[in-house]
Amino acid sequence: MQLVLEKRAERSNTIALVSPLIAIGLTIVTMAILFAILGKNPLLALHAYFIAPLTDGYSLQEIAVKATPLVMIAIGLSLCYLANAWNIGAEGQFLIGAVAGSWIAVKTQGTDAGVWVLPAMFVLAAAAGALYALIPAICKVKFGASEILTSLMLVYVADLFLDYLVRGPWRDPQGFNFPTTAEFDPVATVPLLIEGGRLHLGSIIVLLVVAAAAILLGRTIKGFEIRVVGAAPRAARFGGFNSDQLIILTFAVSGALAGLAGIIEVAGPVGHLQPGISPGYGFTAIIVAFLGRLNPLGILIAGLFLALTFIGGEQAQIAMKIPLDVTKVFQGILLFYVLACDSLILYRFKLVVPNRQVARGTG
Amino acid sequence: MQAHQRMFDPTSNGLHSGEPPLLQTLGLTKCYGDFLANDSIDIDIWPKEIHALLGENGAGKSTLVKAIYGLIQPSAGEIRWQGKPIVLSGPSEARSRGIGMVFQHFSLFDNLTVAENVALGLDGRESFKDMSARLEQVSKTYGLPLDPKREVWQLSVGERQRIEIVRALMQDPKFLILDEPTAVLTPQEADQLFTVLERLKAEGRAILYISHKLEEVKRLCDTATILRGGKQVETCNPRLETAASLARMMVGSEIKQVKAPAGRKTTVPRLVVNDLSLARGEAHRVRLEHISFELKGGEILGIAGVAGNGQDELFAALSGERLSKDPGTVVIEGIAAGHLSITRRRKLGAAFVPEERLGHGTAPRMKLSENALLTGHAASGMVHHGFIDTAATLKTVDRATETFDVRKAKRDPEAASLSGGNLQKFIVGREILRNPAVLVVSQPTWGVDAGAAAVIRQALLDLATAGAAVLVTSQDLDELAEIADRIAVMFHGRLSAPLATSEATREKLGLLMGGSSLEPKEAAHAVGA
Repeated sequence: MQLVLEKRAERSNTIALVSPLIAIGLTIVTMAILFAILGKNPLLALHAYFIAPLTDGYSLQEIAVKATPLVMIAIGLSLCYLANAWNIGAEGQFLIGAVAGSWIAVKTQGTDAGVWVLPAMFVLAAAAGALYALIPAICKVKFGASEILTSLMLVYVADLFLDYLVRGPWRDPQGFNFPTTAEFDPVATVPLLIEGGRLHLGSIIVLLVVAAAAILLGRTIKGFEIRVVGAAPRAARFGGFNSDQLIILTFAVSGALAGLAGIIEVAGPVGHLQPGISPGYGFTAIIVAFLGRLNPLGILIAGLFLALTFIGGEQAQIAMKIPLDVTKVFQGILLFYVLACDSLILYRFKLVVPNRQVARGTG
Repeated sequence: MQAHQRMFDPTSNGLHSGEPPLLQTLGLTKCYGDFLANDSIDIDIWPKEIHALLGENGAGKSTLVKAIYGLIQPSAGEIRWQGKPIVLSGPSEARSRGIGMVFQHFSLFDNLTVAENVALGLDGRESFKDMSARLEQVSKTYGLPLDPKREVWQLSVGERQRIEIVRALMQDPKFLILDEPTAVLTPQEADQLFTVLERLKAEGRAILYISHKLEEVKRLCDTATILRGGKQVETCNPRLETAASLARMMVGSEIKQVKAPAGRKTTVPRLVVNDLSLARGEAHRVRLEHISFELKGGEILGIAGVAGNGQDELFAALSGERLSKDPGTVVIEGIAAGHLSITRRRKLGAAFVPEERLGHGTAPRMKLSENALLTGHAASGMVHHGFIDTAATLKTVDRATETFDVRKAKRDPEAASLSGGNLQKFIVGREILRNPAVLVVSQPTWGVDAGAAAVIRQALLDLATAGAAVLVTSQDLDELAEIADRIAVMFHGRLSAPLATSEATREKLGLLMGGSSLEPKEAAHAVGA
């Protein structure tokens, strides 16, 4: 007996829907084993991770807050990935957006600047994120440099640039030498949806982005262009679509969305610019994009699920002293299983009896 | 049919009395999932026999020879070699027993010399010098001239095939399999190959000759086994059959004859190419040199030539996948278009069908409606203000399905799930339904079943009758003779002056395909060049 992978005649839509669930199931089993090895009760740990955060209103709001940047970045990344352009540097575009938007907040601090401040911060953050993403895109198109490497390396440039600003020029004089800007003025802060709660305007914006992406990909010729360039480059050229232009465009859009997510995070839940504003949103968003099947609605669901792992990880740390890094292990294992399960969309397992026995049997 | 299978018995001519066949398959079966690629095939191959394996694409010819050459394991049945059952672990075991094979697609390294390529295919037990000497000797003995020191990229397709044949012969096979060897040869080169094969036969070797060219099989082969849909339909003596009867066995029904409608009139020039030259896109590719022709409405111009002589480059230059700096090199409907993108050229009324169906003409994993949009987005009212009109794309699929008899499992399947013939009918239909003024089509019936090929050729003729200018590039001279008004030949990136089809004999075309000129004075020059 032999187990072989056999190509399917047509892609299986059932598996396409089920494969993320299989991946999640396998991840949970793996995590349970890992918890047992760490000497923790796997059932209690899984409860702390996945059930406890869903049982109180504060945690539910917090999940939406964490999901907001994840989904917004992942939508942009999904456009890149569909077009076969590999933007791995969303984390850097997120930070640069946060820095650029914060510039207006810092400069208008204490002045009587009006309601234009927040929209201006959004616009500048999106523009800065887009420009930052264009660096690897243009290097790719003009010089053939691998966008995977260049976009990833620029993450560390952005990280250190932010670090320099908050330790130097933008440091809060009343901040006891902590590396942070002063708290943003109310006009430079993302408004809350519920008084005294955590939900903010960013969650509404992200829903609009999801809807826009769904329409773009499903209904417009530009969306078709993105899909066909990624799926069949030569056919796309024959169709008259220019893949270089598309690399530029998808990088710019995904950079803009990452930058916007950056400023919403800083001007929203955080309230000021400081190092460590992102627990790796730009990288986790890669997992969100694939777990969501590069589909806008799927990404929304996947974003909420991964936000749950962040919250659950914190709760598990508090309740059971499980290290916070286990969350990253979980996310890594999840991506591994998602990609593995995806092969089942085009292939299926089959048990094969070695043919010599058959040959002997009939011959 | 099953009973008929045994009526022709090669042993009856007294040549094989007593001895077992050299190679025999008994109930050889191969299935892929639920699909039976070979259904209980019994084939006997005797020494001193050229045995034809006939069948359309997908009939199971490749599967059968792969099993005989040890590339795949049969699901059931057995293979006997000189009367004894054998299980081949792989091609090297097949070779060591004396089974050689020449594939349709060569496995040669462009940047290595002939001798180096041959050495890579052998077991390496002799020194390179001895091997080179033997190579020269084998190539001389069989009249297959080769210079061992030349690099492969400099050689013609015919010469490359010689390397493969010589490499197989150097292992002194008792049994040689050739997969569609003449598909890439000029008629003259094919004649030379037949002489070599006759000689191998006279030496007592057996040959399994895969082809779908019936005249060739009638001329060369002693026995023919015909496969259809994975089943063995017949084993017969091809010399006692007619081409029509062989075709009927291959296809399973009568093939409709293509009719050229009477009274076709040519109108104004719709596609004009003026002194088009194009540098190589990549190393070892062909450069186009000074190509000029004029194609009027109502006319079909055929471009013949051995593959790799610039046909792909010409298609790219005409379609706009590669742009020319000089706008005047390609004129579509009176407008200089050499610098225009493929989309702009489509808007001028041009349509294109590339050779490669999956991955070039269509996105394999996308639905037919999306593939209709692929070329229809520019000028077919499928897009309004950037939004896709899904109903319009589906309507194109339905119209193409109806008009060109595209068979498919559901209304809008993925392109990759269609058979080659049905997908080609869809692609040609998609373009013809746009009522193009100019249609440029490359290898319209390559690897397509006979029924679909007839539908496609008829569609091209009808399009020309309706007033369009049609340019057909094909390696199939019979196809061009059937539909083209004039035929030109591509060789080394140059295009010969077109000949009227009535004057374009196989001999003349063959000379042009081999790079000779028809005029004696220039012939010397061309050979020298």
